[in-house]
Amino acid sequence: MNLARIRERIAFTILGLSTLFVILPIFAIVFYIVKNAIGAISWNFILDIPRHGMREGGIYPAIVGTICLVLGTILFSLPLGIMSAIYLVEYANDNFFTKLVKVSIVNLSGIPSIVYGLFGMALFVIFLKLGTSILSGCLTLSIMSLPLIITATKEALEAVPFSFREISLSLGATKWQTIRYCVLPYALPGILTGTVLSLSRAAGETAPILFTVAAFYLPRLPRSIFDQVMALPYHLYVISTQIPNMPLRLSFATAFVLIVLVFLMNLVNVILRIQFRKKKQW
Amino acid sequence: MEFFPKIETRNLNLYYGSFSALKNINIKIPPKEITAIIGPSGCGKSTLLRCFNRMNDLIENVKITGEVIIDNKNIFDKNVNLLNLRRNVGMVFQRPNVFDASVYYNLTFGIKIHRLMRNKNKINDAIQMSLEGVGLWNDLKDKLKKNARYLPLEQQQRLCIARVIILNPKIILLDEPCSTLDPIATLKIEELLKKLKEDYTIIIVTHNMQQAARISGWSGFMLLGELIEFNRTKIIFTNPTDSRTEDYITGRFG
Ligand SMILES: Nc1ncnc2c1ncn2[C@@H]1O[C@H](COP(=O)(O)OP(=O)(O)OP(=O)(O)O)[C@@H](O)[C@H]1O
Ligand SMILES: [Mg+2]
Repeated sequence: MNLARIRERIAFTILGLSTLFVILPIFAIVFYIVKNAIGAISWNFILDIPRHGMREGGIYPAIVGTICLVLGTILFSLPLGIMSAIYLVEYANDNFFTKLVKVSIVNLSGIPSIVYGLFGMALFVIFLKLGTSILSGCLTLSIMSLPLIITATKEALEAVPFSFREISLSLGATKWQTIRYCVLPYALPGILTGTVLSLSRAAGETAPILFTVAAFYLPRLPRSIFDQVMALPYHLYVISTQIPNMPLRLSFATAFVLIVLVFLMNLVNVILRIQFRKKKQW
Repeated sequence: MEFFPKIETRNLNLYYGSFSALKNINIKIPPKEITAIIGPSGCGKSTLLRCFNRMNDLIENVKITGEVIIDNKNIFDKNVNLLNLRRNVGMVFQRPNVFDASVYYNLTFGIKIHRLMRNKNKINDAIQMSLEGVGLWNDLKDKLKKNARYLPLEQQQRLCIARVIILNPKIILLDEPCSTLDPIATLKIEELLKKLKEDYTIIIVTHNMQQAARISGWSGFMLLGELIEFNRTKIIFTNPTDSRTEDYITGRFG
């Protein structure tokens, strides 16, 4: 075997090992959670309200609360994010101001979530008098999700080859028609993936909902967008730290449900992507 | 010259930033003929072609001076409808760049964006006419729902031409339309172009001098952004005025 071959072997081995090191802890965590949660998972746990100081019963209101928050966040952040990304990529002139906006967006995604939480409280809860409510929580989570969605959409749009736009424009299409018919359809899978990633993050965050929507204990379903709700990450925090003599398996079971929820969102993403591919193939 | 030009450029200059890509081009394109633009790589053939449907507008830092007259109108005038211009001056690219969608979608795209017709029967008639026009009707009439990307390359390029002629253009621009095709497919496309010139004014950019000689009635030779010589193809290829044209034709450079 010559030297180049040996070097290649070594390189591959190192690369493979690093991948393993990344993957292993994830599997370990999931395995650990599943192992500890499995005894507590039941239909009752998923469909019942918490009872006896949350030490028994289920987490139904928290599941519904988190789903409400995710759906509301999609509602605000997806259209707004996609539209502003389209504007930035396709329409905005490449001047100082645009560059400033682009840099700010990238930096915004690095801001700690607690800052978004405080900002949301100051703006939505107090200043706009929306109170601690689903609306305030969704708006706060939307603001937190927007930078990621915009960045993902921007990249997906920029990845569509120029030649696609060129054909459409050469046939006399307007810019908007070109974006609508020849750019967006090809960028959609990338947009979806970015959206799901940012929503997964939104679903699992505690800090942004802490002061804006999350209820410590509210064993009923919300009746309007101005209600408070329980939410899975905050509930997990509460039962893990605030309740004495809490059975550990309930914390693990709650964590498990949260993971499943995030997994389901990613599954939807995969299914939608396959669907798009099918439709295009015909 | 013995024709009324379909396209005429007057002192046309184009700059990419500070680089002068077209230098004072004056050319008169004859109607219902095939005009070939030849010249070595990088001499500005594509740039010139893309002036005729203003595709250079899309590139940043492009500056254009001079005029391009089509039907007595300078297409750079403020009041020119760019969308109609591009409908009237169709373009076929080097790669057969069909949309990743059905044949039907490819052909009806232009109809849809220009809102030309709504009636299903009329649309189907237009599809049949354009496909017959490019000799694809028999091959594709049962495959309209098939994805165009799975057609052979030559059929894809024909489809691109059909996608243009369904809009009833006056002029068709082709930028090296055969360079990705094999020799047999190339000859077939050439036959098609010869037929199409009865109805359309055709300008083709080509690297292939035999191709220019075979199909075009007029030829322009370009070098470093200048139009060196423009004349009947017969004359360009047998008795050029400029020694640089002769050098290129006889293969001494390029
Ligand atoms: N977008 C651009 N920005 C800057 N310079 C450009 C751009 N497009 C083309 N050029 C330059 O302009 C000159 C003419 O380019 P053009 O594409 O028109 O040449 P061409 O004759 O079509 O060449 P080819 O035969 O290789 O296609 C070249 O020197 C090229 O480098
Ligand atoms: Mg070219």
